[in-house]
Amino acid sequence: MSLEKEYLQYPLRRYGMDHDRYEWSQLGERPKVQWPNNKKLALWVNVSLQFFPLNQKGIPFKVPGGMTMPYPDLRHFSLRDYGNRVGIYRFLKAFDRFGIQPTFAMNTVLAKRNPYLLNTICERGSEILCHGWDMDSLHYGGQDEAVEADLVKKSLDDLRELSGQEIAGWISPARNESENTPDLLAANGVKYFCDWVNDDMPYPFHTAHGDLTAMPLSNELEDRFILMNNLHSEDSYVEQIQDACDFLLAEAEHSGGRILALNIHPWLLGQPHRIAKLEAVLDYLSSQDGVWSAGASEILSHC
Amino acid sequence: MKADPRFYDYWPYENRPKIVWPNGAKLAFWVAPNIEFYELNPPPNPQRAAWPQPYPALPGYSIRDYGNRVGHQRQMALLEKYGIRGSISLSTALCDHHPEIISACKERDWEFFSHGIYNTRYTYGMSEAQEREMIRDSMTSIYKHTGQKCAGYLAPALSHSELTLDLFAEVGTELFGDDGGFYTCDLFHDDQPTPIHLRSEKPFVSIPYSLEMNDTIAYAVNKVEPRRYGQMMRDNFDRLYQEGEESGTVMCIPTHNYQVSCPHRLKAFEESLEYITGHSDVWVTTGREIAEYYREHYYQTSKADIAARQPKAGGTGL
Repeated sequence: MSLEKEYLQYPLRRYGMDHDRYEWSQLGERPKVQWPNNKKLALWVNVSLQFFPLNQKGIPFKVPGGMTMPYPDLRHFSLRDYGNRVGIYRFLKAFDRFGIQPTFAMNTVLAKRNPYLLNTICERGSEILCHGWDMDSLHYGGQDEAVEADLVKKSLDDLRELSGQEIAGWISPARNESENTPDLLAANGVKYFCDWVNDDMPYPFHTAHGDLTAMPLSNELEDRFILMNNLHSEDSYVEQIQDACDFLLAEAEHSGGRILALNIHPWLLGQPHRIAKLEAVLDYLSSQDGVWSAGASEILSHC
Repeated sequence: MKADPRFYDYWPYENRPKIVWPNGAKLAFWVAPNIEFYELNPPPNPQRAAWPQPYPALPGYSIRDYGNRVGHQRQMALLEKYGIRGSISLSTALCDHHPEIISACKERDWEFFSHGIYNTRYTYGMSEAQEREMIRDSMTSIYKHTGQKCAGYLAPALSHSELTLDLFAEVGTELFGDDGGFYTCDLFHDDQPTPIHLRSEKPFVSIPYSLEMNDTIAYAVNKVEPRRYGQMMRDNFDRLYQEGEESGTVMCIPTHNYQVSCPHRLKAFEESLEYITGHSDVWVTTGREIAEYYREHYYQTSKADIAARQPKAGGTGL
């Protein structure tokens, strides 16, 4: 019994990373970032607005939050739709009440299907990010490059046309990528993307068409991860964000500005029994003197 | 394959020879940060896939990279605040990838022990010669980059062969004599150090490392809420401290910079470190120092006590 000799060879055992997408650097060694008005912590709240097709193909995997039952899985289809009909309007009231400036990452299919919601967001003046085509159109390793190129292009082109916005930001469905995704995003005019969770601050990410900015958006602090994946209580969700806020505010005292990025879903936190927990979070964050609520592009303009 | 690897004999947790740690301490406390490098595109292992998705598996890869880019300096500052020197379970290729982390830990007199080359290269399927080569590579890398004679082992990604402990001890002796390769963190059978049987008969110790206190097990496997994890650590400490009056115990918190150093988890960790190090009869130490102290003062008496307690007829013989 033995393994192929390649298994004990390490051609990329070298200084820095084992790929060429970005440079190795420790957060604590970088120049300090200064936010406007001497704020310490930029709060980026992003709402993911999603369409989960009933006829889910699940290629190459069933997306978290997607259909799990035999067709037609009406329970999950309609419960996800609840977020875009009901939950989102609870979110909007909460944002207004606590002075939050959110962004909205939209599946392009949802923007096509739901012009009322799209217009509501556009009229608020909020930044829209592209969240891919829909929640069953994944980007994944081994995907045909031409197919993915079409998917990226139509997702961005159509959302730009419908919204009238530049659409600088991107979040892949399920935050999954192929090895070509960053190159395709850059080729289609995306400025920043949020799939890589390896930093608490933005950093340059190399592509064949110039650099993107990798924008931090914690998966570990996402409502879906905490409530649905980890099955933590709603009270724990609130505590975890409070603890993160306290920690980052303290770190920013000597390290320069920090970002607290929260990704939330109206089909989850927009439920009647959970909306008060989102309000508790926003109440806590907005009452901190050092916190500055802004959209991703605005935050990036100060980095 | 064996029903029981026979690394140790049955040794009931009552009436054992009394252990007293330095300065009369009841509990030896150590923190073991796993400082790991996971490859984005490792060669496949026939028995275990490195990632759940095809290349590039960026969800898993990028959060682990977060540990090195962001988390490490946070945990290092926190341990320093409470006078704790980390005992690093090291993916030794990290000496090449991220030497800044190695030099910062070396400056603080932290211990480095072997956790293989990469946490995406598993022991499964290796020949004896291959596993020996991998272990030797890891121990010589630590020596070359830190000057330390590696004393301890935690197999990469906890992937073992039947010979793992033997090979680690033998390579340690070849490289460093009695100064290298004399303790393991791979076994979870006890709350005190125990002698381990090896084919070489070398004095070799299992040091409690605790899978239950491991942040990745708590957070990613058992999905524990951060503040509850903090409470679990304090409860674990309270009982071991109490029992340490009768005979000294060991408490270990194994950590990962991509888990415990996330902003929403550091508070719970800090509260526990403050609580534990706030007790007077705690020996805040490293894995190597526990293993050395035990080897010098209690290894022989433990062996004798274990031998005296074995059934005269030789047990079941299974």
